Amino acid sequence: MPINGLYVSAIREDFPILQQIVHGKPLVYLDSAATSQKPEAVIRAMDTYYRTSNANIHRGVYQLAEQATEQYEGARKRIQRFINAKSPREVIFTRNATEAINLVAYSWGRANVRAGDEVVSTVLEHHANIVPWQLLTQEKGARLTYIGADEQGRLREEEIEARITARTKLVAVTMASNVAGTLTPIQSIIARAHAVGAVVVVDAAQAVPHMPVDVQALDCDFLAFSGHKMLGPFVGVLYGKRTWLDKMEPFLGGGDMIREVHLEYSKWNDLPWKFEAGTPAIAEAIGLGAAVDYLTALGMENVRAHEREMTAYALNQLRAIEGIRILGPLDADQRGGVVAFSIPEAHPHDVAQILDHEGICVRGGHHCAMPLHEYYGIAATTRASFYVYNIPEEVDKLVETLAKVRQIFKG
Amino acid sequence: MDDLYRELILDHYQHPHNHGEIPGADISYEDSNPLCGDKIRIDIKLQGNVVADVRFNGKGCAISQASASMLTDELIGKSLDDIKKMDKQYILDLLGIPLGPTRIKCALLPLKVIKAGVYGITAWPDDDEE
Repeated sequence: MPINGLYVSAIREDFPILQQIVHGKPLVYLDSAATSQKPEAVIRAMDTYYRTSNANIHRGVYQLAEQATEQYEGARKRIQRFINAKSPREVIFTRNATEAINLVAYSWGRANVRAGDEVVSTVLEHHANIVPWQLLTQEKGARLTYIGADEQGRLREEEIEARITARTKLVAVTMASNVAGTLTPIQSIIARAHAVGAVVVVDAAQAVPHMPVDVQALDCDFLAFSGHKMLGPFVGVLYGKRTWLDKMEPFLGGGDMIREVHLEYSKWNDLPWKFEAGTPAIAEAIGLGAAVDYLTALGMENVRAHEREMTAYALNQLRAIEGIRILGPLDADQRGGVVAFSIPEAHPHDVAQILDHEGICVRGGHHCAMPLHEYYGIAATTRASFYVYNIPEEVDKLVETLAKVRQIFKG
Repeated sequence: MDDLYRELILDHYQHPHNHGEIPGADISYEDSNPLCGDKIRIDIKLQGNVVADVRFNGKGCAISQASASMLTDELIGKSLDDIKKMDKQYILDLLGIPLGPTRIKCALLPLKVIKAGVYGITAWPDDDEE
């Protein structure tokens, strides 16, 4: 039976890794916010590339090289359609979402942010959307400020207005928090930023894999995400509006990003290759193309509905645990499929270790969001996160094992 | 699982020995484990070359806190030269539990803090083996 349009039991069979036994228990994978598992279709696409088409791209005139180039550029077009970018030239392959954000900070930021300017971020961000802006503002003598959040991890509306001002050059904001799970009011932040003439960089690493994202509807200037968090391999993507990308200087220099190189000077290649120096992760890009096909076939509305349901169920089950503290909004409509929590008896590291012995994979720590944990005065949390292959029974196992953890630690 | 969270470890975690601070300590040092945010601060009072008193403060998992509790027990009466000789194996013997590559960092954090405080050695005690 399909639940919310997804045949989850059939989906699970597409993921070879989920058939595994860990410590004598069936694997329960609740760490997709860190990286997702890969379906057979993605593994096969990469395998087939290596077996039948492996060659470097954009150079060779022989058939293999043409096949490789066609598949690599074909993946770019699939991604373009998936996020509804105007042109495939606006889709740049990077190493990961972190590198995508750094590209913007380095190339756009260094050319446009000056002493006295302001860059605005939020307390919900992953380190990847904080540290590049610290580096930039420190170098330029600019100021970095943050939009705060309420006790449920929701950005404070009045601070959105107060922080984004005429002095703001750039706003760097997450679309979905990787710890609090919060879905931010991205549309109104972008509108506010554009009203004051600032550009917006959206960290969509926890959004593009989990819900429909349309970059033209959002009207964001840049948007970064990770292939490996959306059923694909380890490769990242930067979307940028062509009007910006055309004006920007390269990020990395080298082969493939040039039109001409002379001993005295060089001329840059066209978009998107201007930003893809050196041989890229060809097989990974092709694998991501297959992941996009897989997600498109499921339907991103269905993916979102399934995860909303899983999250609502998890919130409900976890809230029954005495003394538990759950980060983020308590309403599943306001959050993605990420639930971070702490229980008074045990440190998240110990919780994660005991869960591991039951075959349950969760993350314990600060999840690359130390400022958010400091903001809420917690050293670390345990995080369970869901994707298309998770089922409510896995949440039950999590909750049962948490009872065991409390038993061990009640001293 | 029962091996890892054996009673001795849980007891040190829940009732840590030598917990607190020493005002006017001769050596004070604090460090954290960037992987998980575990934090330990250690204060040492010396009598000549010998540890007369030691206290630790910090937050973190059962392994890091129990390791600090057990290690500080051992330090009293030891000379600074004795401390220099303490290594990864010393801590593993002290804890007596099997530890994977991630959790071993938790166990070694207190020794790292002490060595940094005493000798300015800031490398992880198991760095040479990686």
